[in-house]
Amino acid sequence: MSGIVAAGISRRSFLAGAGALVVSFSLLPRLASAQGEGGSAAAKTPALPESLRGAPLLDSWIRIEADGRITVFTGKVEFGQGIKTALIQIAAEELVVEPQRINLITADTSLTPNEGYTAGSQSMQNSGTAILNAAAQVRVILVELAAARLNIPAGELMVQNGAVRAAGGRALTYGELVTAQALHVSARPESVLRDAASHSVIGRPLARVDIPAKVCGEVIYVQDLRLPGMVHARVVRPPSYGARLRALDTSLVERTPGFLKVVRDGDFIAVIAEREYQAIAAARVLAKAASWDEQTKLPEQAALDSYVRGLPSQDTVILGAASAPDFGAGAIAANYFRPYQMHASIGPSCAVGLWRDEGLTIWTHSQGVYPLRKAIAEMLRAPEERVHCIHMEGAGCYGHNSADDAGADAALIASAFPGRPVRVHWMREDEHAWEPYGCAMVSSARAQLDTSGNIADWQYEVWSNTHSTRPGRAGNLAAATQLQTPFTPPPPEAIPQPAGGGDRNAIPYYKFGNARVVHHFIPTMPLRVSALRSLGAYMNVFSIESFMDELAKTAAADPVDFRLRHLEDPRARAVVTTAAERFGWAAYRRQQGRGRGFAFARYKNLAAYTAVACEAEVDRESGRLRLMRAVAAVDSGEAVNPDGIRNQIEGGIIQSLSWTLYEAVTFDTMRITSTDWGTYPILRFASVPDSIEVNVISRPGAPFLGTGEAAQGPTAAALANALADATGVRIRELPFTSARVKAAIGI
Amino acid sequence: MVTLSVNGRMQQVDAAPDTPLLYVLRDHLQLNGAKYGCGLGQCGSCTVMVDGQAVLSCVTPVSVVQNRRIKTVEGLGTVADPGPMQRAFIEEQAAQCGFCIPGMMMRAQALLERNASPSQAEIRSHMNQNLCRCGTHMRILRAIERAAAAFKTGGGR
Repeated sequence: MSGIVAAGISRRSFLAGAGALVVSFSLLPRLASAQGEGGSAAAKTPALPESLRGAPLLDSWIRIEADGRITVFTGKVEFGQGIKTALIQIAAEELVVEPQRINLITADTSLTPNEGYTAGSQSMQNSGTAILNAAAQVRVILVELAAARLNIPAGELMVQNGAVRAAGGRALTYGELVTAQALHVSARPESVLRDAASHSVIGRPLARVDIPAKVCGEVIYVQDLRLPGMVHARVVRPPSYGARLRALDTSLVERTPGFLKVVRDGDFIAVIAEREYQAIAAARVLAKAASWDEQTKLPEQAALDSYVRGLPSQDTVILGAASAPDFGAGAIAANYFRPYQMHASIGPSCAVGLWRDEGLTIWTHSQGVYPLRKAIAEMLRAPEERVHCIHMEGAGCYGHNSADDAGADAALIASAFPGRPVRVHWMREDEHAWEPYGCAMVSSARAQLDTSGNIADWQYEVWSNTHSTRPGRAGNLAAATQLQTPFTPPPPEAIPQPAGGGDRNAIPYYKFGNARVVHHFIPTMPLRVSALRSLGAYMNVFSIESFMDELAKTAAADPVDFRLRHLEDPRARAVVTTAAERFGWAAYRRQQGRGRGFAFARYKNLAAYTAVACEAEVDRESGRLRLMRAVAAVDSGEAVNPDGIRNQIEGGIIQSLSWTLYEAVTFDTMRITSTDWGTYPILRFASVPDSIEVNVISRPGAPFLGTGEAAQGPTAAALANALADATGVRIRELPFTSARVKAAIGI
Repeated sequence: MVTLSVNGRMQQVDAAPDTPLLYVLRDHLQLNGAKYGCGLGQCGSCTVMVDGQAVLSCVTPVSVVQNRRIKTVEGLGTVADPGPMQRAFIEEQAAQCGFCIPGMMMRAQALLERNASPSQAEIRSHMNQNLCRCGTHMRILRAIERAAAAFKTGGGR
């Protein structure tokens, strides 16, 4: 069961009262960039929220037809996080209409604003804030139009259910009021927002608009798209990174049923057939007829932690003094490790391409249709205007998986086979072996306590690759690197603070006497890596929150009290105390083989606050660790769809549980060997906890804070702490497989 | 030519006999419910019912299901008139990306048609073959329990 805890603080500034409030954007907190993974926040406070600044015309966001139909546009995409439903709620609230009246159009390079990637848990902060303000301004324009038409002062008019009403019953619907030019105006620097206390759509659970079609087998996913005359293609990928095609004999594949064409450009090879299974059968024949020269030398998996620490790095002190503090003999130190882990989408990537009339259309589940268009145009050496990218849902991606690569494959194959739509669907083994992984990371923490048992000196270092190799450039597309004239991946870059990449959440949210944090950015990437849900925050929160428990133990302090002693932000304290109380932390009685764990983080130190308390049990014979129950508290600012937040946090807890218990990409010295669910196991129903409770603390009127990635780090650390509580043994290497736990507890 | 009974309709399909049922459902019959997840029988995204049993359609040649009763999620109901299993998943909001959900529903349907009062442990054990990557498991379990209650009062579909 779950609850909503009311809280009444508002960080929006009141400029005028009377049932509505005027928000001046220059007073809003700085908003993170729409590009990348939440990096590069604007240096100066913007005049308009980020997304509105990029597309200031109100009718870029909202259009109203003469018949009253309302269409809202977003540059963000749905991938199961429920963003469509939440954005509809926001627009409905400010336009004062039923949510069912609103049709929402998501990312399409011909229709919607360019909001970069749907990434970094920023859709509510960026698109949500833009639509909130655009809708409020549209409402004010409609009231002004009504005032002029009725010759009644705007202040005497009411807005109700899609119409502007005057006393005495006179009313004009939005459709009657709107003109083609009325909304073709720039957003103003101030919005008159509805009073949060009167919100009737925002803050109430609304059933997700996408679920009925999904459970009834309608056409939802790009995998389901069937266009007239469509053909099927499969790509034959190399057996290892950088392998070169030595020879290819196409004579056998040309005789397979339904064969249409082999497409070859350098080391990129694909086959097209009339039917899907014919394309799969043909690709198997083609794969056998290809011989490759393999060259890549991958690191020794067993010594990955020392390998990562030994790579050349670019070092940045992101907090504190240039040199390390003077740690005395009483200092405590620990090192942590996280292996490569994968998105492992349940549905392999897919795209449909159509080259017709010198133009290319790509239907894609990419998280960024505009950046993908740019990269594909560069790859094809075509002007961007010739490429049209339309988003359709795919299976959940949790970051930069193979979605863009499949789009690039479709572009290459469709442009070699003009006139008919080409559907490209990756095979499971290609999705596992070729997706860009979340990178292996190492961290090192050191601290000493003062005489009262509080943390006096703290130093934390993290070693990591980049966490974004997303397109925008052709060299980021797998196929583009394999062409006869190949594109080279651009040099990797670190995502800057405050959002950070490998150093995301590397700066603790706690207040310590003296703290220093160093980011060792490693450009060398032996395995292909990019953004995986929460980027470096998963590892950094796992490390910091594990270490907090180690320090609490040294200080003989309760882990929750110890955290509260170092936490100043009242909203951080609120999630910690709520999770602890709902879990029953104070009254907890440990049973044999069981333990409790706690962890907290504010995602990116600027988005949602999340605390997780959990109980786990360890089977000493097998080493099997099982999460029994978890209780979370989350503050995402004003909660638009509380059930959407609960669903994201529940899902985040279970996914992070899977990463933390089982997941590590395996490889030998040449090839990736995690190529299916047998060689890369993930959590199954037998290991699902007995219960997960998510408590949403809503802050009416407060800015929306991104939530989708917020549970990943705290879950891992809470589980690590429960394992330590149950066994007395601290494990600092992920994942906590049965073999590793069994070895650590020494049975 | 292969003759199939899908969702109560007899269909003639021009497919090679070794074609996995999944591709016949999706490509020949234009049904979306069964999904390609792995092609190896490891993930359950392709689960459909054959003569009341949950079957992995990605590893089942179409020739072996001729003249047997095949049911996909499209056979449980529609958006306008969802069946008890679909209603339960909607009411519990038991989906994130939703890609695995039709397979989950068909495996659960096979269980409940046989036993409308399964224990929580029986549900978990029965569902263990199907993977969900979004972590929607708690809601899926609740939806199956809700569907079971509906099966007991009004029957399945």
